Amino acid sequence: MNFEFSDEQNLLREQAQSFLAKTCPLSAVRKVLDGKQPFDEATWRGMIQLGWTATAIPEQYEGLGLGYLELCVLAEELGRSLAPTPFSSSIYLGAEAILLFGSPAQKSRYLPKLAAGEWIATLAVGEGAAPVGPTRLRTKATADTIKGTKIPVADGDVAEFAIVLAKEEKRTASLYIVDLNGTGVTRKTVATLDPTRSHAEIRFKDAPAELLGTRGQGFEHLQQVFDRAAVLFAFEQVGGAQAALDMGRDYALGRYAFGRPIGSFQAIKHKLADMYIATTLARSNCYYGAWALSTGAKELPIAAATARVSATEAFHECAKENIQTHGGMGFTWEFDCHMYYRRAKLLSVNLGSLPRWKDRLVSSIEAARAA
Amino acid sequence: MNFNDTPQEAAFRAEARAFLDANAPKYVAARRNETEAQYVARGKQWQKLKAENGWACLNWPKEYGGRGATPMELIIWNQEESRYDLPVGPFAIGLGMCGPTMIAYATEAQKREHLPKMASGEVIWCQLFSEPAGGSDLAALRTRAVKDGDEWIVNGQKIWTSGAHYSDWGILVTRSDPSLPKHKGLTFFFVDMHSPGIEVKPIKQISGGANFNEVYFTDVRIPDAQRLGAVGQGWQVSITTLMNERLAVGNAGGADFDEIYDLAASIKIDGKPALANPAVREKLADWYCQASGLKFTNYRVISALSRGQTPGPENSITKVVSAVKQQDIGSFGLDLMDMGGILMDAKKVPAGLAFQMNFLGAPGYRIAGGTDEILRNIIAERVLGLPPDIRVDKGIPFNEVPTGS
Repeated sequence: MNFEFSDEQNLLREQAQSFLAKTCPLSAVRKVLDGKQPFDEATWRGMIQLGWTATAIPEQYEGLGLGYLELCVLAEELGRSLAPTPFSSSIYLGAEAILLFGSPAQKSRYLPKLAAGEWIATLAVGEGAAPVGPTRLRTKATADTIKGTKIPVADGDVAEFAIVLAKEEKRTASLYIVDLNGTGVTRKTVATLDPTRSHAEIRFKDAPAELLGTRGQGFEHLQQVFDRAAVLFAFEQVGGAQAALDMGRDYALGRYAFGRPIGSFQAIKHKLADMYIATTLARSNCYYGAWALSTGAKELPIAAATARVSATEAFHECAKENIQTHGGMGFTWEFDCHMYYRRAKLLSVNLGSLPRWKDRLVSSIEAARAA
Repeated sequence: MNFNDTPQEAAFRAEARAFLDANAPKYVAARRNETEAQYVARGKQWQKLKAENGWACLNWPKEYGGRGATPMELIIWNQEESRYDLPVGPFAIGLGMCGPTMIAYATEAQKREHLPKMASGEVIWCQLFSEPAGGSDLAALRTRAVKDGDEWIVNGQKIWTSGAHYSDWGILVTRSDPSLPKHKGLTFFFVDMHSPGIEVKPIKQISGGANFNEVYFTDVRIPDAQRLGAVGQGWQVSITTLMNERLAVGNAGGADFDEIYDLAASIKIDGKPALANPAVREKLADWYCQASGLKFTNYRVISALSRGQTPGPENSITKVVSAVKQQDIGSFGLDLMDMGGILMDAKKVPAGLAFQMNFLGAPGYRIAGGTDEILRNIIAERVLGLPPDIRVDKGIPFNEVPTGS
């Protein structure tokens, strides 16, 4: 039984922690929250220099060819630090989609640029305030162009290209690569719950599009991308949950009321214990997801959904109860609690909502038992 | 990451499995309408066979009836043994808590006299700790021990003593000096349960069973030689026992995800399997995530042991999560049976009475071995480093502490 990260992976974690503590403290996250810039340039440049964007991209495409366990380690640290960068869009979603479904020519064209951080990629699926699916997908594809509006698209205002879900006739859908600097594309930054991560509305008006993967397999392809990304985002969520728990614990130790630390009251102790329980369950499920992702196991759909559901719940629980532990000050813009609360909600809907993932988990269990 | 044994672990597992496959099946089958006495007798036979072949109390030293095995080997043995439904229950407290306490505090002669008989199942031990006035607040216990020459005279009452009615020996914590503060006036013994003045009365539980007892002590004489630890050191000795209890009390068991999934797949609501109902699916997903989270938390602990490291505190969540899950799965299973959910006849309901037994058993499991609330305090204090509760009885002589009576 070896169900822990290796010494080398833990060394990578220490390096990531020290880089992020220095380059991306919460004050840097706050600058993005309060300012106009879409992400923190110094953190993003530093990550590229450290080779993080190249981590899991194979060497033949100018990546480092390390495994997904290394990427999971980085994801947890990025989640812990709330790093405002386009890393997840470009790597968990963009690079993974091209690795999974790209032709050799597409891989050679896009992956080296993503590995080097020269280009940013994103995935454009959402179309407003309701789920996209076979019965609700308005963006249309013709032979080699697409037409429609995607909102919100994470990092859509800074990405070079997007992988867009669009429908053909008879409710089939496919993934398309669209150059966001090309003709027929207009985009603008939109207001979201979490301004530390930039999102855009993108309008496609007969924008040139290049098919990615098999025509008509858009929803199936998307689910495969989501299963892999869910594990990586779950590590971000666990990192965020742990940070919110640590913040609440530290405050409960230092804040006195009725002549004693509030952390000596059972109402607070039990709240923090429940946050620890949720985070521990989520972390262990994330390890299961990491194992499945890194070994290409057939259990990936179950493992990914399990990690996704429990990490979503853990981050939400820790972020909201961290505010509660802080009392009124937790509700102020000045305190950092709300940055976890915002990020927790962003990450709980970005790959589709919790009820949909719970349903998918049970469907995957049904499929495994029927097999 | 992988789930594989090391070569040494694999060899050990194969050896354990060979012994179990050859011997365990004979001890699995319960006779129809087996009485508790017959169950205990079956357990003693199995325990004896294990001891004769070096499979009892694996982590104890060989000279006390064990095998001197590593923690990892003990885990492998437990995994393999639990593949069979064997009658090991009567020995859990003796071997899990009383034995380790004796190993830590008894004299060499006492260890050599008592431990091998405990390991072989010849004698069964119980743990005489809780009292009507001392449950979660164990140190509030009142059973008095008064020194009389080379003996102590014990009077008082214990409660929730599992298996006292078939035990031969017990470990006992008493109050030897009520004028000292609560934790300072305690003294610890081991006692022959057949001593004059000990009376055992079973307690009928809400599940209908009677695993627990009240144990009354009336002028019971215990030789001073059977004292464990110094006079007044009883709390420290108790902590040794309780640390082992935390290891022994783990997953609640009972009907779990697989059972509720199968039930939801088999019961139809308006012609469709309950499994297709979104409200049912959401609950199934939640329980799957909890069960999976506990399983892989346990794997992380095992990984640390396998590497020869001390595990982190993660396993402290096991009982608090699994006991509530057991209760909720039981309750929801009965809901799925709809109007028939109240039936208590194994022939008329699915899965035997598994969901009914979850429902009736879980309230006890949420209390036994540390209540949900005490376990949250332990996580908060020992894992998260939060301050202990401020105690109004601290430093006050025990006989001046308010009792509400």
